[in-house]
Amino acid sequence: MRITTTSVFVDDQQKALEFYTGVLGFLPKNDIPLGEHRWLTVAAPDGPEGVELLLEPNDHPAVRPFTEALVADGIPFASFGVDDVAAEYERLQALGVSFVQPPIEMGPVTTVILDDTCGNLIQLASIAAG
Amino acid sequence: MEEVFPAIADPARRRLVEALAERNDQTLFELCVRLLGSGHSMSRQAVAKHLGVLKAAGLVSTTVQGRTTLHHLDPTALGGVRDWVERIAPPAEEGQQ
Repeated sequence: MRITTTSVFVDDQQKALEFYTGVLGFLPKNDIPLGEHRWLTVAAPDGPEGVELLLEPNDHPAVRPFTEALVADGIPFASFGVDDVAAEYERLQALGVSFVQPPIEMGPVTTVILDDTCGNLIQLASIAAG
Repeated sequence: MEEVFPAIADPARRRLVEALAERNDQTLFELCVRLLGSGHSMSRQAVAKHLGVLKAAGLVSTTVQGRTTLHHLDPTALGGVRDWVERIAPPAEEGQQ
């Protein structure tokens, strides 16, 4: 058994695809029509053969109260690894991405939190070499 | 004013005030992360409760940015405390040390 797919709930799949690929830099992977929605996954630019991220519709009635409560308290739904958080913070701010937390260093780990525009906060984290 | 003294009597609440003085307008999660990073980890429920006390004392207010709640420190609410301390223990006059 292995992890092949993980998911974030999004309020609009097309908008999410554009943000995750066009802004964050993920690569389109699967896009399979399934009636009203799509089986829509993206892959990480660094490691496209790895775990796929499913951009999953949030229309189950339990999802929005859950994700909205996380966003209200500033809690990220998912965390992605990057080589250099400060560099990503600069790059993504220049692309108009909104951050709810600037870089914070905790020992060797540095994190930021951004708004994915689809109903989630996403953490980026880097671990200093050493 | 009377509520400000007990509000800042608790060291955990003073740490929250210090964290907001350093960077104002933080989410609950960011405050928790900063406390954790400084070796003063507290549960989210405890932080929320302490923020409630600071809010009732007028030291902290909340604003909503997008869909996220931010905590804002109003340091002028400490003016009464400073005035009281200065009345009892006046600062040394200029030129004296």
